[in-house]
Amino acid sequence: MPEYIHLKIKRQDGPKEPSRWEEFKIPYKPNMNVVSVLMELRKNPTNAHGQKTTPVVWDCTCLEEVCGACTMLINGKARQACSALIDQLEQPIKLAPLTKFPVIRDLQVDRQVMFEHLKKVKAWVNIDGAFDLGRGPRLSEHDRKVAYQLSRCMTCGCCMEACPNVNSKSDFMGAAPLAQVRLFNIHPLGKMDKNQRLDAIMTKGGITDCGNSQNCVMACPKNVPLTTSIADLNRQTTLYSFARFFNR
Amino acid sequence: MAEQKVIVVGGGLAGLMATLRIVEKGYKVDLFSLVPVKRSHSLCAQGGINAALDTKGEGDSTWQHFYDTIYGGDFLADQTPVKGMCDNAPGIIYLYDRMGVVFSRTPEGLLDLRLFGGVKKRRTAFAGGTTGQQLLYGLDSQVRKFEALGLVTKYEGWEFLSAVIDEQGICRGIIAQDLSSMEIHSFPADAVVLATGGAGMIYGRSTNSIICTGAAAGRVYQQGVEFANGEFVQFHPTGMLGDDKTRLMSEASRGEGGRVWTYKDGKPWYFLEEWYPAYGNLVPRDIASRAIYKVCVEMGLGIDGKNQVYLDLTHKDPEFLTNRLGGILEIYQQFTGEDPRKVPMKIFPAPHYFMGGIYVDWNHMTGIPGLFAAGECDYMYHGANRLGANSLLSASYSGYVVGPKIIEYIKGLDKSAADIPQHIFEQEKQRQIEIDEAVYKMDGNEDPFLLHEELGDNMMTNVGVVRYNKNLELADAKIQELMERYKNIKLSDTGRWANQTVMFVKQLWHMLELARVIALGALNRNESRGAHYKPDFPERNDEEWLKTTRARWTPDGPKFSYSDVDVSLIEPVKRRYDVAGGGK
Repeated sequence: MPEYIHLKIKRQDGPKEPSRWEEFKIPYKPNMNVVSVLMELRKNPTNAHGQKTTPVVWDCTCLEEVCGACTMLINGKARQACSALIDQLEQPIKLAPLTKFPVIRDLQVDRQVMFEHLKKVKAWVNIDGAFDLGRGPRLSEHDRKVAYQLSRCMTCGCCMEACPNVNSKSDFMGAAPLAQVRLFNIHPLGKMDKNQRLDAIMTKGGITDCGNSQNCVMACPKNVPLTTSIADLNRQTTLYSFARFFNR
Repeated sequence: MAEQKVIVVGGGLAGLMATLRIVEKGYKVDLFSLVPVKRSHSLCAQGGINAALDTKGEGDSTWQHFYDTIYGGDFLADQTPVKGMCDNAPGIIYLYDRMGVVFSRTPEGLLDLRLFGGVKKRRTAFAGGTTGQQLLYGLDSQVRKFEALGLVTKYEGWEFLSAVIDEQGICRGIIAQDLSSMEIHSFPADAVVLATGGAGMIYGRSTNSIICTGAAAGRVYQQGVEFANGEFVQFHPTGMLGDDKTRLMSEASRGEGGRVWTYKDGKPWYFLEEWYPAYGNLVPRDIASRAIYKVCVEMGLGIDGKNQVYLDLTHKDPEFLTNRLGGILEIYQQFTGEDPRKVPMKIFPAPHYFMGGIYVDWNHMTGIPGLFAAGECDYMYHGANRLGANSLLSASYSGYVVGPKIIEYIKGLDKSAADIPQHIFEQEKQRQIEIDEAVYKMDGNEDPFLLHEELGDNMMTNVGVVRYNKNLELADAKIQELMERYKNIKLSDTGRWANQTVMFVKQLWHMLELARVIALGALNRNESRGAHYKPDFPERNDEEWLKTTRARWTPDGPKFSYSDVDVSLIEPVKRRYDVAGGGK
């Protein structure tokens, strides 16, 4: 059994500050994960050289891999820190912030852009109001299955991190909001505004910016069928373009 | 009068539902949340949401739902508001359905229902094993629509520090702190609703998210709002212990046929089925937790001699399990490396839910006019024990009710927040800045995270599933000791940007304040009722204790008073689950 857990953490004091690597050694205990190690570390923030340092800043909320908050690069791969079990990781374990989003501090990043994309693609059903109008529409088991896979997206950003077409020179929104367009276009009420969502993804930064590298679907921790969804939306947008052309 | 505005603090189900109900009437909402609202703790709820939809040919009714809830809560909940909740539940489920929440379905495409604890009829609508997540995403998407229209302004990554209360004692806004820049600002509003969730962090490790510190409730408690029924803390019978948190294994696993057992005399012993033949594995949570505690701690029959028993699903069809419980089985497998379809899960009771909370009237207003509370942070719907799948309902329903009630309230105001003199806001803001600066200057030798660990251990040991007055006295003495040592904290990070340690130190104080309310409330209540169990007082005592506990903050610790419970609709009877018909 190893005596220590050896960590290398990329630190950064603020958005405009330079970054640096700091090493830590934490006494080994079985069944730890990256979050429990970071929690251990903050109780006595001392680096591997015995120097006092500040506790590492990172985001986490649910610790059950449903909220998406604690996403970071762990040994180079974007994933949730809570479900990254130490016993399964090669050491030294390298922790770094996601690179496709602005760093706030240390491992904490600002993913507000992902929520902005959801706004842009109108990822909602346009209900008349939050009151009782009786039973909702029926949904077949087939559609339910497809929709549920899509609705488990936790906006964590792994797909954007993995996508070569999401970068500082592009406006590509990435796979996550596209999958949400497919989700809301399946729902019997959501369908009524289908074309508005297609309009939103047929502009700059939308579906045509996908380069089909297929990294996103590999990176998704919830197995959201991202590439299948993009292919489906390609069909939807093509049909819609034709219809728009002939109905002019 | 200037344009009126409402502040909602908290972006879980209660906060988002309240927001929707306010903005759709044309009022603006400023929505404050520690985290992006889509990451709120509501998403940890797994098993489902109750409503008597009666689509299974079982003759279910909203009255039966109401009865089960009151009975399950050991008659401590005010009956009129609970009846309102159960009557409105079907409409709320249908509302979620229209929002596009991906509920599990029957072959006819209708909402499917499953069985949950403490009931005899299938009443729980669900979305696989991630119902809370799906409901939260539904509301999140609706609120986003109004955000795009400019009616909702989100302040995500902000922490609520205090209510601004004017000279007449009316709430006129809040003070909040930006968690990145650490700046403290005042925000005027005509009404404020706290929808800030539970306080599991007081127990160190719980099934709660780490943001569930109860700090917001603790802050307004110290500003004069009462905290009710603090001693009623639900331990979920099926938690899986971890270093960082106790992860939850949903009650749905028992609803879908899971059996709880351990070895006795070398053979599997299904003790819940033996002790409670009428409800078996689906007894309410307080009963199941006590039984597991008894088997492990008192009888020493835990698996491998440890505090754990089996929760077994291996007799069920793996595909059925994946379909109905997918999300939660994944969590178990991910964190333990074992597949619950093949191997029984190991579980033990864990702190899970606060039945108690901020004292409100039936319109969800606190004792401070203009300050409301909804969701887990209020005390109203679950009495002494909450039934499974009623929390997503009470969170939704309280938000559903509080929205229109707030509009009613602000329509009756004779002046708006904009007419309040600036110095009222400035004064409270300065007070908060001073608190902040005092934390920055802390230079003793105590570590705040270790103090928190001690608090958690103390609460687990002394204010847990089984309570003794001697231990409760010890618990309070320990909390007071921690409060003394708190003053001697050494701050390990004095940075002025995104300083999580400063925020944690401040939250810790409020956890300590509420911990006293819990421990002393438990000490005072010499009876056993729902989740509050004292072997020295094993019976429920309605004559003395059919009362709501109300704690008021004083500099010398909480001062308690007790008020009558509304029992206008159902006569209290003895609560038992070993015989059929106990619950009528």
